[in-house]
Amino acid sequence: MQTNAELSPANEIKEKKKKDHILLRSILFLLPSWIILLVFFVGPILLTFYFAFTNLSLTGSQAKSLEFIGFQNFTTMFQDPNFRISMLNTIVFLLFSAVVGQQVLGFILAVLMKERNKSFRRIIGIIVIAGWVTPEIVVAFCWVTFLSDNGTLNMIFQFIGLKPVAWLFTFPMVSVVIANIWHGTAFSMLVFQASLDDVPKSVEEAAKIDGASRLQILLKIVLPMVKGSIVTNMILVTLQTLGVFTLIFAMTGGGPGTDTQTLPIFMYNQAFVNYQLGYGTAISLILLLIGIVSSLIYMKYLKVKI
Amino acid sequence: MKINKVKKIAAFSLIAASLLVSSACSNENASSDEKGKKEEISITFRSGGGTNKGLQDWLQKEVIPEFEKEHPNAKIKLAPLNVSEGDYFAKIALMLKSKNTAPDLVTEDTFMVNSDASAGYLESIDDKVEDWEDWGKFTENVKKGVIAEDGKVYGVPYNTDSRGIWYNKDLFAKAGLPVPWEPKTWEDILEAARTIKAKLSDDVVPIWMNSGKATGEATSMQTFEMLLYGTKTPLYDFDAKKWIVKSDGLVNTFKFIDTVYEEDLGPELSQVLNGQGGSVAYQQLMPKGKLAMGIDGIWQTGNWQETGAAPWPKAFETLGFAPMPTENGDAPGSVTMSGGWAFSIPKNSGNKDLAWEFIKFASSKEKNLSLLLRDRSLTPRDDVAQDPEYQKIPMFEEATDLLQDAQFRPAVDKYPNVSTQIQSLVEDVVTDKLSPSEAAKKYQENVTDIVGKENVMTK
Repeated sequence: MQTNAELSPANEIKEKKKKDHILLRSILFLLPSWIILLVFFVGPILLTFYFAFTNLSLTGSQAKSLEFIGFQNFTTMFQDPNFRISMLNTIVFLLFSAVVGQQVLGFILAVLMKERNKSFRRIIGIIVIAGWVTPEIVVAFCWVTFLSDNGTLNMIFQFIGLKPVAWLFTFPMVSVVIANIWHGTAFSMLVFQASLDDVPKSVEEAAKIDGASRLQILLKIVLPMVKGSIVTNMILVTLQTLGVFTLIFAMTGGGPGTDTQTLPIFMYNQAFVNYQLGYGTAISLILLLIGIVSSLIYMKYLKVKI
Repeated sequence: MKINKVKKIAAFSLIAASLLVSSACSNENASSDEKGKKEEISITFRSGGGTNKGLQDWLQKEVIPEFEKEHPNAKIKLAPLNVSEGDYFAKIALMLKSKNTAPDLVTEDTFMVNSDASAGYLESIDDKVEDWEDWGKFTENVKKGVIAEDGKVYGVPYNTDSRGIWYNKDLFAKAGLPVPWEPKTWEDILEAARTIKAKLSDDVVPIWMNSGKATGEATSMQTFEMLLYGTKTPLYDFDAKKWIVKSDGLVNTFKFIDTVYEEDLGPELSQVLNGQGGSVAYQQLMPKGKLAMGIDGIWQTGNWQETGAAPWPKAFETLGFAPMPTENGDAPGSVTMSGGWAFSIPKNSGNKDLAWEFIKFASSKEKNLSLLLRDRSLTPRDDVAQDPEYQKIPMFEEATDLLQDAQFRPAVDKYPNVSTQIQSLVEDVVTDKLSPSEAAKKYQENVTDIVGKENVMTK
């Protein structure tokens, strides 16, 4: 372009004007999305911060008189045994369904599919991704009809002469974890597929010539090379799973008792069942904090820059 | 060619979709432009899964057409909410908050009236009922349900109810239990359940009580309070104006619930802790003769009538409706909780006068009677209660008799919050998370937190 041409002062001014013009134009084009982000994203976040420190209530005399109550919501929360239970449930759900379940399964799928023939990849890919593109509420209903007392699984059980089991009540956490793995694995699989394809063949071949076994190549060579995408994936999957509400709510409603009550369900119950909007908002802040902290821990611990 | 075709179809459907959206918008505009000519009000109530079928039919087929005939300028729109019982109250509270979403007329469970009135969501109709001669015909007891703590009236009740124990006479006879059955104490109920469990086949559920969070207020009222108000200590002491947070009654109530599930006298938890529990019990198990006893309300008969969700012509020969005994048979011998629903006018209602006209129209003796013939709840009007046609409804004599000793939920500010605590504690007890005494202790802690130390007492 102009780089080879001599830059006269007049040209420079022209160039600057052009740059200004582009800047102005890009601001103009970005403005709508900025405004939308501000109004619908930043605004609510600020409001959340404010409401978390109030006694905002959905009904009753408190709904009329909004009061600033300082850290009271947070002190109640940390003394609330239900909060501790929900925290524990959240960690169990996160660990088994996302960090371990979806990631490991996704990785294994990606490895197994690597360098297979195209139609094989395509068919398996479509099947796995079908679970992912299915809306959460539909996933929940599929699993409820599969696991319910008169569900498909129990029909199979009865057919082969076994006693039916009330899966959603006897193993509620296992049920929602499996459903979430089924739903989310495709995402990890896609991420890992892309990064595995980036591992140069020559490196693997060199290792093979040096006498490394397939497992050694996978663990010692491929895995470290895709560490970056593992961390990225871990963060994304963690954040996605932290917020899972629909799936659990529709499958078990957080029950029986508090067995599957994760933080989002706990938050909903406090805000819309117990009518304590302020308290619910405070819980959502903690949820946000957990997301941030866990992302930071992953990045630091795995020493990866994103 | 093929791609072109696909593109064309896509383009057409896109245009069609956007046209639809824009026409929907313009429709709304049109109606607001015409507001001067035609006054429109919307009524919100809970629907779905056979809920309020009687109410909806009554509005749609009878009251609205007749009202619109009388008021040619009025247009009444139904705005039902297809949500679970617990969600209904949260949803209407959210809707009532804003002018943009508030319906012009709302049906409220009377236990929420005080709470929503204190929140400033409802319009007081004190001066309106004063000039309305029919107001005097409403049963005094029932009126209490729509009067908030500030002493003002916030709604016109359209039904009330009583609760008792539904029992299957055939199953009782088969198990060698007396028919008619008149339990005198809680132990009698448990004994009957044990006998049924021992004598009848395994697929017969001895007793059904709503026991979970998912069944919401039904768990608090039909199970917990029906038991608790049969002990010497109710929820709230009106003289002292304090919540009773510690008493033997509380422990024994949790114990009774625990016993039912410990001894396997109740249904499967997967059935009863479900939001659809009530319809499983009274639309499926009971008509099939698979449920021997159930503590629930008179309105369940609505399911079994010809137009109901589970027509069962023999229901009234097969079933008995026994009064719920007190814990140890102490006076007055039986107990029932009474609630009911009311029409209220939201503060954000767009047309309060028309809404009031409609309430008056729908609450007349004639209209109320025809509602209850469909809805199968009890009437809030004394004159309807004496109507021969009303008295002919099966089981209504028994149910109305129970009202004499009826207890009402405390219409104080925090009742809805206490009620949700009750629901989760009952679920914790039946799922063995808590023992009855632990649950009673938790009740004391949680309720004290909710209502404040100065508003509680122990007995």
